[in-house]
Amino acid sequence: MEYTYNVEAGNYALAGEASSSIKALLKKLGISGDIVRRMAIAAYEAEMNIVIHSKGGCLILKISPEELILISEDRGPGIPDIDLAMKEGYSTAPDEAREMGFGAGMGLSNMKRCADEFNIKSTVGIGTKVQIKIYLK
Amino acid sequence: MQLREVARLLNADILVGDTNLDKEVKFACGCDLMSDALAFIEDGTLLLTGLTNLQVIRTAEMLDVFAIVFVRGKVPSKEVIDMAKERNIVLMSTDYTLFEACGILYKAGLKGKS
Repeated sequence: MEYTYNVEAGNYALAGEASSSIKALLKKLGISGDIVRRMAIAAYEAEMNIVIHSKGGCLILKISPEELILISEDRGPGIPDIDLAMKEGYSTAPDEAREMGFGAGMGLSNMKRCADEFNIKSTVGIGTKVQIKIYLK
Repeated sequence: MQLREVARLLNADILVGDTNLDKEVKFACGCDLMSDALAFIEDGTLLLTGLTNLQVIRTAEMLDVFAIVFVRGKVPSKEVIDMAKERNIVLMSTDYTLFEACGILYKAGLKGKS
């Protein structure tokens, strides 16, 4: 099964809707609480990254009996130095995001912490794609 | 610690969820950074914060946090309160500062999780 959720850039009022839908769906499918929680946190961080840093994008959730895959794909400035972006505390978020309690430089590392597999690819001037896997078995 | 006891110790107003005050919180976390909350909070944790926007409720939703205390007498907008109500999240408001509110709960036996 595959589900796609569009995420609008800069819309802080809607931010979190996609992750909320993902969480509700996984719960409804009877997936264990700990896994639902890990996926919800990763999806929410990914969604906030799209809202804060990109020109728009989407979250794609793929569900199989073996694993959950979340792909976060955006159009935007891309990340020039991924190692630096992965470092906890490093952030380029604007004040607007900080006022909402984000932009602490924890997003990507939080996603990695929640995942069994984590991959990130970014092209400057094009966009960023993050994929995580959480094993169900 | 029961939410009822949290409210009593902090002399807090219950903004929403007064029928859920018998629920127990295992730990507490005082934090204005939702990214930190997302990294460190476990389910059954009480969140104390000075932030009152929608993202606080979203963060609580993702983390299975079912109770939030707003400090320094802050009261969020109706939109935020309604969102918490839909998600069955208890909201309280206390006049204590974040430091004081955490101190009172810690002294009464509620621990952090580090």
